[in-house]
Amino acid sequence: MTDAMALERRQMITSADQERLRRQLADTWYVPRGIIGWFSVADHKTIGRRYIITAFCFFVFAGVLAALMRLQLAVPNNHFLGPDLYNQIFTVHGTMMMFLFAVPVMEAMGVYLVPLMIGTRNIAFPRLNAFSYYVYLFGGVMLVVTMLMNTAPDVGWFSYVPLAGPDYSPGKRADFWAQLITFTEVSALAVSVELVATIFKTRAPGMSLNRMPLFVWAMLITAFMVIFAMPTIVTCSSFLLLDRLVGTHFYNPAEGGDALLWQHLFWFFGHPEVYIIFVPALGIVSSIIAAFTWRPIFGYPAMVMSLVATGFIGFGLWVHHMFATGLPALGLEYFTAASIVIAIPTGIQIFCWIASLWRGRPRFHTPLWFVLGFFAIFVLGGLSGVTLASVPFDLQVHDTYYVVAHFHYVLLGGSVFPLIGGIYFWFPKFTGRMMDDGLGKWNFWLLFIGFNITFFPMHILGLEGMPRRVYTYPDNMGWNTLNLVASAGAVLLVLGGALFVYNVVRSYRWGLAASENPWGAETLEWSVSSPPPTYNFLHVPVVEGRCALWDRSADPPIVTGIRSDCREVLVTDVMDAEPVHKAEYPAPSIWPFLCAVVTSAFFIGSIFTPWALPVAIVPLAVTLIGWFWPGKKKERRRDEDAMPVMREVRA
Amino acid sequence: MREADDRDSGSWIPAAKTSSPAPTLTSVVPTRPVRVVITAAAFAATACSGNQAGLNPHGPIARSVATHGWALLAICTVVYVVVMVAFIIALGRRRQDADDSPETSARLTRNVSIATALTVITLIGIAASSVVAGRGMYSPSGAGAITVDVVGHQWWWDFQYHDITPSDVFTSPNELHIPVGVPVVIKAMSSDVIHSFWVPNLMGKRDLIPGMVTNTWIQADEPGVYRGQCAEFCGHQHAHMALNVVAEPMDKFQAWIRHQRQPALEPVTDQERHGRDVFMQSPCVTCHAIRGTDAGSHVGPELTHVASRLTLAAGTLPNARGHLAGWISNSQSIKPGNRMPPNSFAPTDFQALLAYVRSLR
Amino acid sequence: MTDGRHTLDVAPLPTYAFGNRGLIWWGTVGFMVIEGSMFVIGIVVYFYLRLKVTDWPPSLPNPDLRYGTINLVVVLASILPAVISKRAAEKFDLPRARFWLIVLILFGLAAVVLRAFEYTTLNCRWDDNAYGSIVWVLLSMHTIHVATDVVDSIVLAVLTVTYPMTGPRFVDVSENSLYWFFIVAWWIPIYLTIYFMPRWL
Repeated sequence: MTDAMALERRQMITSADQERLRRQLADTWYVPRGIIGWFSVADHKTIGRRYIITAFCFFVFAGVLAALMRLQLAVPNNHFLGPDLYNQIFTVHGTMMMFLFAVPVMEAMGVYLVPLMIGTRNIAFPRLNAFSYYVYLFGGVMLVVTMLMNTAPDVGWFSYVPLAGPDYSPGKRADFWAQLITFTEVSALAVSVELVATIFKTRAPGMSLNRMPLFVWAMLITAFMVIFAMPTIVTCSSFLLLDRLVGTHFYNPAEGGDALLWQHLFWFFGHPEVYIIFVPALGIVSSIIAAFTWRPIFGYPAMVMSLVATGFIGFGLWVHHMFATGLPALGLEYFTAASIVIAIPTGIQIFCWIASLWRGRPRFHTPLWFVLGFFAIFVLGGLSGVTLASVPFDLQVHDTYYVVAHFHYVLLGGSVFPLIGGIYFWFPKFTGRMMDDGLGKWNFWLLFIGFNITFFPMHILGLEGMPRRVYTYPDNMGWNTLNLVASAGAVLLVLGGALFVYNVVRSYRWGLAASENPWGAETLEWSVSSPPPTYNFLHVPVVEGRCALWDRSADPPIVTGIRSDCREVLVTDVMDAEPVHKAEYPAPSIWPFLCAVVTSAFFIGSIFTPWALPVAIVPLAVTLIGWFWPGKKKERRRDEDAMPVMREVRA
Repeated sequence: MREADDRDSGSWIPAAKTSSPAPTLTSVVPTRPVRVVITAAAFAATACSGNQAGLNPHGPIARSVATHGWALLAICTVVYVVVMVAFIIALGRRRQDADDSPETSARLTRNVSIATALTVITLIGIAASSVVAGRGMYSPSGAGAITVDVVGHQWWWDFQYHDITPSDVFTSPNELHIPVGVPVVIKAMSSDVIHSFWVPNLMGKRDLIPGMVTNTWIQADEPGVYRGQCAEFCGHQHAHMALNVVAEPMDKFQAWIRHQRQPALEPVTDQERHGRDVFMQSPCVTCHAIRGTDAGSHVGPELTHVASRLTLAAGTLPNARGHLAGWISNSQSIKPGNRMPPNSFAPTDFQALLAYVRSLR
Repeated sequence: MTDGRHTLDVAPLPTYAFGNRGLIWWGTVGFMVIEGSMFVIGIVVYFYLRLKVTDWPPSLPNPDLRYGTINLVVVLASILPAVISKRAAEKFDLPRARFWLIVLILFGLAAVVLRAFEYTTLNCRWDDNAYGSIVWVLLSMHTIHVATDVVDSIVLAVLTVTYPMTGPRFVDVSENSLYWFFIVAWWIPIYLTIYFMPRWL
């Protein structure tokens, strides 16, 4: 480790120097154009934007499916949707929301914002970043196509066996579900490895771990959760594919397999999954509250420890989805305890935020409104979650609309509200324009009121015995009124969603121009232009405090000596961000896209035949080799960095 | 299939059998108008909000859980209100310069710590309430429990009442009769996919998982008809897989048992006899058994005493002639995707068939 | 300002770093954790299924030890060329690093060939029962890793011949050995699970 003190110097930097640097950096960090260029981009901001837009397209599609569900359930014995179509719709709604919207959009916020927040020029492994986007896109397109061709999966987003197994789900519907998992998990795992490497190793000097923004902590912990949770579902869905395609017996009780094995594996992933969706939103809430109170968040160490604790404890809860399966009582009590305990770190965060709001001076712009909505909705959802931790109570409300209400309160309130607030917050940074604040408030109230009208009655419906995943219900159960009310609320939600899209599009074209830091916030992304230049920072900053911009001294130090004629970045130490070495990131390339095409063709082909594997091996190898083969041009420029022994050895 | 434990307590009728003569038709089964009223009442009963509601308990398990449930809801309401009030105060208060001082930070730290401590205490209280409510949930405490097997099918329930005399074993599709005040042990199995047995007025749910036997128990403290529904997504007609639990006083229950043990009643009229012939020569026999006749297939629900049940098609239809006719001729229009194909008969044959099936009380 | 801006000048720093000081290590280890998690799950599933039945392997003979054990010896022996190649790369000794990388590739190819024999002498098919399914999956997961790392190593070996070897390229050779250690290390528990658990449990 190099002692940073030894690298400090004073240097004259004229404005001509700055201008030359700017031109060189723009030249080096170019974003390619044209058709081939579009598929060759390896810039985290471009990829992050594409991810966010694609994820919101899936959000709208899945939202339309939900509206159809509410239309069907508005009145009893309805014939708007038959059971087959309804089962496809509720399955795709859940699958698309969980796998194609919620996780990718949060990862995308991280992909875009983390390198900017930590003061580096790009995300680590940028080609892998591009690859992960295309794989995600192709998987999502596959699912949409199945929906349009009446062959969408129809056994629920959780796809329990034996219903999803070869005996009771003929055809390829369940295979499309299982392979969609593979697409999205490969994508998410790749992004998570990038985020861990980026956050640990490429932070700007001075940004020690205890000076990292809370959003970056949230993304770091999320990335670790993905790395430890998602392999489980890749394995479990692959076992399902094997059972269906080549006759293995993992889930077949008649030949030694076990139906509950699926549930254990799925929920071991499935419970951390919801924290993967939720924890980044906690980071967004912290960012917004800090910016709109002009104070650092109260209790930074407690906030970080709470995020870490949530990540750990989240892995010990999964059996609370299986309380009705007849597992031994003592084991269930442990999971009750863990499911209750996880409320404590979340509670600590809520109290710290209330303290932050208490001592700051809140400015009520749209992003803060969405955070307020988060409080009102998420706290209720968290409380209903604590009730579900109790086995006797859960056995009455499990698999009823009470649970539907609970998870929409925590997911929509706990993740989507902060996300939309985050879009309103960072839109100026992404696009250079402000979103309309007046429309934003209408947006908030439509969504907030619509949400509560839609989902609050579902608590009562569940307590009144209405099970979930039913395409219709009888007339004389006393459920009619509340279902109609919920469906009416859905209309407001649709309007709110439409208004959001309208505000985004309108602001993108005609919004007020945004300065570097329209909100006066404290993290590094607000120190560059809106939108940022392709190279992020003219000079990589040296961070002097926990709130990078508010703790800046009068003469803030900058990093020099990073080459601007190639894509060089500074790699620093994990704990204290002391400079260690310089790494060269690869140039844009078409190979990640080609590799994604081959990979996707392989995934889809293997739904239909095991021969897809031998057929895909050679093209996969070719595209991977093309991807990793070092480019000639820039390597020659590196000659002077080659070790002296090279000159003797070059033979 | 593995059994968790093989505790079949043999004869499940606790009271000694009396030596009264075999019940006659009219003594056991109410006359037709009364039956119509009961069927309608069963459906009307479900119209009152409260049927199939966990917070409207009629048995010891449900009662204990409902008390606990109200406690939970009360605690949650209080916590929510307190947090929201703190939140609104934090938002609305006038700022002072002293807010940024270390003393204020120390005070806030103290308050956050107190709030956290209160959270922990509340959560411990919730956990304690849960433990108390769950005591006795797993096995019945009352004496003289009887045992019924339930086998889940896509999309109906088969309740099997065992007996030491094999010929007295019978099944009661979609309708579980239990004596009031007596715990009934349920051994749950599935013949295909995962289902979940749930009668909210009486007990929490228990999954039916193929390849294993799960156990639960049920008890009603008041007579009545309690609706239950499958609570684990099991395919196309998961929405229409309901059941009725009929809780009746012990003597009525025993009378019901005795009657159910009997093979099918002999048809009385010519039309009914012709109907039986139509049945035996139609596809019906490939799936439906009628004890006492040659129809012996157990693919679908047994029809030996079908006319004595409250509903058809797992709680989907009231058990009335018109509904039966619609179900037989085109069940796919009522429960699309179910395993019973449409059937067409010549008009006289169809009337005879209906008369026969309606005679199977 | 007359005396210039306050800067941190990182020009003297190298353009590579070995081990966890460098960036590539983190990507490699990240994937090792992911793949390792999948191996852990495979082994956990093996034991889960084992505990559900009394007879194990169910109605099948114990697996034949021969090829699995020879393969164990081969992969354990392959640690040597991997270590030498790694150390040579860290000293920028290109001929030595390249030579032992090629030796490593030969060991890897031998392991793949032996694996083919393992499959043909297995006591079960994947579709016999759940035991057969998990054994085939465990074996196949490891095989895929061995095969892909051999291909990886071959590409790397070609690069050492056709390409100017700079600092970062030596880091690649070092990381390649690290990944090979991971593959060898996992063969031990998988070997014990497949070949010895039926005899011990």
